[in-house]
Amino acid sequence: MPMKIAKFTFALLTILFLVAPLIAILPLAFTSSVILTYPIPSWSLRWFEELFFADAWRRAIINSLIIGAGTTLLATVLGTAASLGLRNRLFFFRGSMRTLFLLPMVVPAVVLGVGMQVLLARFGLINSYAGVIIAHTVVAVPFVVVSVTGALAGIDERVELAAQSLGAPPVTVFRRVTLPLAMPGVLSGAVLAFATSLDEVVLTLFVAGPNQRTLARQMFSSIRENISPAIAAAAFLFIAATILIGLAVVLSRSMLAKRTRPAAS
Amino acid sequence: MNGPSPRMGRSLLLLAPLFLFLIGFFVWPLFSMMSQAVSDPAVLRLLPRTADVVGEWDRQSPPSMPMQTALMDDLKAVDDDQALGDMVRRLNSARSGFRTLMSKTTSALSDAANPPPDLVSIDKRWEKPEFWIAIADALSPLTDRNLLAAVDLGRNAAGAIEHLPADQSVNRVILVRTFWIAALVTFFCACIGFPYAIIAASLSGWKRDLMLAAVLLPLWTSLLVRTAAWFILLQEQGLINDFLRAIGLIDAPLALIFNRTGVIIAMTHVLLPFMVLPIYSVLITIPKNLMPAAASLGAPPMRAFLRVLLPLSLRGVASGGLLVFISAIGYYITPALIGGPGDQMISSIIAFYATGSANWGMAGALGMVLLVATLLLYSVYARLSSDEPGRR
Repeated sequence: MPMKIAKFTFALLTILFLVAPLIAILPLAFTSSVILTYPIPSWSLRWFEELFFADAWRRAIINSLIIGAGTTLLATVLGTAASLGLRNRLFFFRGSMRTLFLLPMVVPAVVLGVGMQVLLARFGLINSYAGVIIAHTVVAVPFVVVSVTGALAGIDERVELAAQSLGAPPVTVFRRVTLPLAMPGVLSGAVLAFATSLDEVVLTLFVAGPNQRTLARQMFSSIRENISPAIAAAAFLFIAATILIGLAVVLSRSMLAKRTRPAAS
Repeated sequence: MNGPSPRMGRSLLLLAPLFLFLIGFFVWPLFSMMSQAVSDPAVLRLLPRTADVVGEWDRQSPPSMPMQTALMDDLKAVDDDQALGDMVRRLNSARSGFRTLMSKTTSALSDAANPPPDLVSIDKRWEKPEFWIAIADALSPLTDRNLLAAVDLGRNAAGAIEHLPADQSVNRVILVRTFWIAALVTFFCACIGFPYAIIAASLSGWKRDLMLAAVLLPLWTSLLVRTAAWFILLQEQGLINDFLRAIGLIDAPLALIFNRTGVIIAMTHVLLPFMVLPIYSVLITIPKNLMPAAASLGAPPMRAFLRVLLPLSLRGVASGGLLVFISAIGYYITPALIGGPGDQMISSIIAFYATGSANWGMAGALGMVLLVATLLLYSVYARLSSDEPGRR
């Protein structure tokens, strides 16, 4: 019995350690005070106002959306195409290709940032939207590859062969059979790519100019220089978006599971 | 296989865009960073004529007349003040005194009315071989100076490798600190994550889902948000200090932020999911009846754990630990925001060299150290987590 109580207490304390910080920041988004501490004197939406109407924050949100959209598009197209290419088991360099595609997740961001700054400066892409989108795509693409290859691995190849034997040309097989079946993986890859771009700070520090300040970058310098409850308001939005994204991913996974189950049986 | 099949061609066509993209914007940047670390063209670019004649010099005798003339011609031809400054800085770091010597020499050379016959007539120091040795060494377009300096080594006048004086030995301290912080964080993650994963794997239904959701929610949340949350909790007027004061444990607020304690707490929180998930995924593959079987054979719980569960789950602990350690050594944001000046890790120093002082050579050299360490550890991790035949 004491063992059971000890286990229960340990699990509870760890859950508290994991989740409590994220909950503790939420109410501060609605404080009327200018300092980020408890107790909250009275409730107000002034920091959300600041977030959406103050110039620096509004521009940062717009930049994040522009760069996030560009990154999502580029990473999803490149990652999905490559994942389709990786399906070919006869391909000799399959393993090393896969490693190369996943490696950007491993390399420390600062190391990549230094190299990226040197190289993009040479191409004249530094301090430009294109440069930031390229940098974000490099780190976002592994998530698309993982997600799409996972979805493709779940497709029963007999379905595609059946379509082929019924006379469908390869393009039609892809458009009407493979792509719809892989769609949940592509979508969750796209969502993860967007989330990666939204949260990326280090590469942005190296390659973005003052005109490409993203929301994450703005939060970073704001925590560093003049911390205000606007941070908590931004965090509130982030956490709300995370829960929505999490739900979207879970839903698309269950959609995938539903679709592959009848195919497998 | 003879000749590419259409299917093979299609695969190549699909793989090519991402392959080329990553070669161009991932592999190439890493290589250009590394080449920054070993390339040193600042002197060679300005002194091509000197480079031609110094190669034949024996490095002992006083400088010959052609050497002096070549250097004078080179210096007269320089029209880029910034490049000249770079070169002088480079030479001065190899041999102090070059700064004054060069400014005296260049101003004498620009005096068109009475041109000096040779360098020795401008300054007696040009007679000394030491200064010429410094130039000769700096003329090589490749250098190991930055790489050596990254681990606090340098070359002395004779060219032998030796430790840098203590006042210049900062990098080794930072490397040791980086690995120490990463090791501590890995240790704490293991202490919390291993039992947590065991408990989660032993449960079922909503209890297990709850424990997993508690790990996944922070994993999916923005790193900045988590760091900001710890900033709020740890600050002097933060919730942790308020709570400890309210229950009467402390009188004065504890210093939890801008120091090592804060960095370790926040990084443990951020990286804990990377420890729990690999261990959990190994644990759920272990048959549930093994522990009862050990107990029925008379093993006390501790012994059953040590002899049955621990060996079986060790692979998960090792890959979780490596994952946490690899992530921790490259961390930048959390130490930058929660740590004090004494808690900055190697990434912060790289960022400082790159953006603060534009010393690309040192940024590249330290980046190379971090990159090599990361890739070595990752290859161990990849081997551990790749499918073991017979395990499934």
